[in-house]
Amino acid sequence: MNLTLKIWRQSNSESKGKMVEYPISDVSPDMSFLEMMDFLNGRLINKGEEPVAFDHDCREGICGMCSMFINGEAHGPDRLVTTCQLHMRKFKDGETITIEPFRANAFPVIKDLVVDRSSFDRIQQAGGFVSVNTSGNTQDANSIPIEKYDADRAFDAATCIGCGACVASCKNASAMLFVAAKVSQFSLLPQGKIEATDRVRNMVKQMDEEGFGNCTNTGACEVECPKGISLENIARMNREYISTLFKS
Amino acid sequence: MAQMDSKTPKGSLSEKWTNHKSNINLVSPANKRLIDVIVVGTGLAGASASATLAELGYNVKTFCFQDSPRRAHSIAAQGGINAAKNYQGDGDSTHRLFYDTIKGGDYRSREGNVHRLAEVSANIIDQCVAQGVPFARDYGGLLDNRSFGGVLVSRTFYAKGQTGQQLLLGAYSAMNRQIGRGKIKMYNRHEMMDLVLVNGKARGIITRNLVNGKLERHSAHAVVIASGGYGNVFFLSTNAMGSNVTAAWKIHKKGAHFANPCFTQIHPTCIPVSGDHQSKLTLMSESLRNDGRIWVPKNIEDVKSIREGSLNPTHINEENRDYYLERRYPAFGNLVPRDVASRAAKERCDEGYGVNKTGEAVYLDFSSAIERYGKEEAHVKGLNEEDKPLINKLGQKIIRSKYGNLFQMYEKIVDQDPYETPMMIYPAVHYTMGGVWVDYNLMTSIPGCYAIGEANFSDHGANRLGASALMQGLADGYFVLPYTIGDYLSEDIRTGKISIDTPEFIKAEEEVRVRLAKFIYNKGENSVDYYHRKLGKIMWDKCGMSRNAKELKEAMSEIKILRKDFYENVRVPGGLDEFNEELAKAGRVADFLELGELFAKDALERTESCGGHFREESQTPEGEALRDDKFFNFVSAWEYKGEPSDATLRKEMLYYEEIEVKTRSYK
Repeated sequence: MNLTLKIWRQSNSESKGKMVEYPISDVSPDMSFLEMMDFLNGRLINKGEEPVAFDHDCREGICGMCSMFINGEAHGPDRLVTTCQLHMRKFKDGETITIEPFRANAFPVIKDLVVDRSSFDRIQQAGGFVSVNTSGNTQDANSIPIEKYDADRAFDAATCIGCGACVASCKNASAMLFVAAKVSQFSLLPQGKIEATDRVRNMVKQMDEEGFGNCTNTGACEVECPKGISLENIARMNREYISTLFKS
Repeated sequence: MAQMDSKTPKGSLSEKWTNHKSNINLVSPANKRLIDVIVVGTGLAGASASATLAELGYNVKTFCFQDSPRRAHSIAAQGGINAAKNYQGDGDSTHRLFYDTIKGGDYRSREGNVHRLAEVSANIIDQCVAQGVPFARDYGGLLDNRSFGGVLVSRTFYAKGQTGQQLLLGAYSAMNRQIGRGKIKMYNRHEMMDLVLVNGKARGIITRNLVNGKLERHSAHAVVIASGGYGNVFFLSTNAMGSNVTAAWKIHKKGAHFANPCFTQIHPTCIPVSGDHQSKLTLMSESLRNDGRIWVPKNIEDVKSIREGSLNPTHINEENRDYYLERRYPAFGNLVPRDVASRAAKERCDEGYGVNKTGEAVYLDFSSAIERYGKEEAHVKGLNEEDKPLINKLGQKIIRSKYGNLFQMYEKIVDQDPYETPMMIYPAVHYTMGGVWVDYNLMTSIPGCYAIGEANFSDHGANRLGASALMQGLADGYFVLPYTIGDYLSEDIRTGKISIDTPEFIKAEEEVRVRLAKFIYNKGENSVDYYHRKLGKIMWDKCGMSRNAKELKEAMSEIKILRKDFYENVRVPGGLDEFNEELAKAGRVADFLELGELFAKDALERTESCGGHFREESQTPEGEALRDDKFFNFVSAWEYKGEPSDATLRKEMLYYEEIEVKTRSYK
């Protein structure tokens, strides 16, 4: 395959970035998108040019490290995959592909396609946990049965990989789907109920402080989420949040 | 030569850990506030250790090279975590888990450590459930289990095919709570570049901030290495792209002995290599072997037709299929341990029965399971059990609920629908049982330097059983290290803060700076990946699934030459003081180029076959691994002496008090 890549290049967080065009030939349709990027970088290095910086690690769609806004979509045109699982066979020979970083005020660019998503960590630190120490004396794991239906939904929410596609896809750069996934997971489980009020209050507060936008229910986040996290979770979080207003 | 002392406590096996815990020195809560601990790595071991140490009151500094601790590669573990809960009432017990792990490891692991692992396994499940980890449950609301290779009970807890993710996010949440409280200071995008020793004790590390390239000095009273395994020495493996040996190798070069580097696990069920562009391999969870049957065609003509594309494997009749694992190992069938399954696949492919273009793939077929589940469902629902399309639909639904994400992953990568046509799989490097040598307290041969999780060597012997890596990582981090480390730190309550302005820190930082600058100013011709791929090819061809003296010797000299070439001709673009992934990669590959040689040396010296280490010179007439307990019942701990080929062997003899050492049989 022969392709034209238009890639966002930016040396560091202070400098101004721009789109740069790279023609590339001999791309195999069996390559993953990131392998195509490796291929490009190999050629750039051989020519003495600086390779394109991008985040990646597990390359099996679970670590959440790869990002990239490809042809206007987070993780590209395929559904329910991250960029590392996107394959070149989804593109046409001769196509021009635009590659940008995930853009949001709360995700400043570090270099080229690499962004800083530590705001996500800080939201989790504000309340995304159950306060239980490691002691070896917690009660037996089967002492509280949990209805399978709830356990499965908690699991579905918990599969969020924290990649930030929801934020990048949202016209308001809202992090509601990300925050709601964690709030939902715990609100569906008895272990999480005890701190539910503080959790949702603190996580939402932190989310606002980080500069994420508000949710206007467009649903773009759900469409682009590589793990198919459902909008229902946002509804559940809103209900949890509103109920805190009635508690002191 | 002095042997290595494991410092395993005296007493009967089942009482060792309890007695040890009651007798070791403790640090009072008031004094813990005066003590700093560094943890490198945030996988299951590092994250759980960080959280627990902070809960206990220590000041913890934790480092990871990824952009968030949640991304460590434990996240990708699929199948499950073992625990001796006996919830299924199928005869499981602490002793049975202990025994299975020792036997699975082909009698090359330390008895005391493995028993402790089995003892704390049940606590892990309790702890994780209390944290809100959403394990799979049955319709009664209780935890569900499945079975894994090499055992005869169902003791594996799971969360679909994402167990590692859920456990890691649990440990990450426990860490987040402590970060929020200020007890853990988290350093994302920081890579450990070296260990700093002061008066022979580990007192800190030098790190590189991967965003701006700045070198930093960090001090502590103890350093914990939880940086995972070194499977990426093979270039192609199921490890993450960034997984590396650097932290473990740097402490090795400062005096920590490296144990059993040749014990590497080649996992039988991975997606086969598709071409030269490949950057990594993807695992298909072992849990698939619960329901999938592995086969190749019986007739070589069928193999040829398949490769030409003129025959669809679903059209081959039962009697023309060779379910070779069921044939060779009737007792365990498709659920033999990983090393056995991998070698059996290699044997068939070497004989010419591989089913893809490269001849390196076998089938993993779910059609029998789909039919069986479909009939069960139809029976329960009172539907027609003879209606084939219906049975197929119902059966596929069950399979989807169990392995949906794995099937989806396969389809995306291979572009074939595994519900309709059998999966193609082939073995790939997955896990390293070898690692930094540690004593019973998990301390390396450097005082104050610890190694936990996959980074150490202790629990899996020569072969790890499925679903035991998650168990060991969390056991070390939640339940072992946080207590054993107190024994050492109790002597540090009056030490006070460790200064980072001492000559030791200044010198260590300067050495790192010089090392990195050499790469930048080298202006060579070849990229870092060029060397990594070459190293990987040597390792796979000559230190892979089967090994012999001739090729191992070749590997040692070839790696030495490649390393020299690397230092002379590698090209690293960009600068020192900036985000520079090529520079980070160069440092990692430099360490792999040394480790690879030690790996080959270790494999050369161990002339027996055991577990994942198969020496062609040592096999039974049927082609099974032949262990040599008379000469090799020891751990090989290598002491650094400059060149990897000059490393000296220190032995830790293995003693089995509770169990009889037998020939491993899964027939």
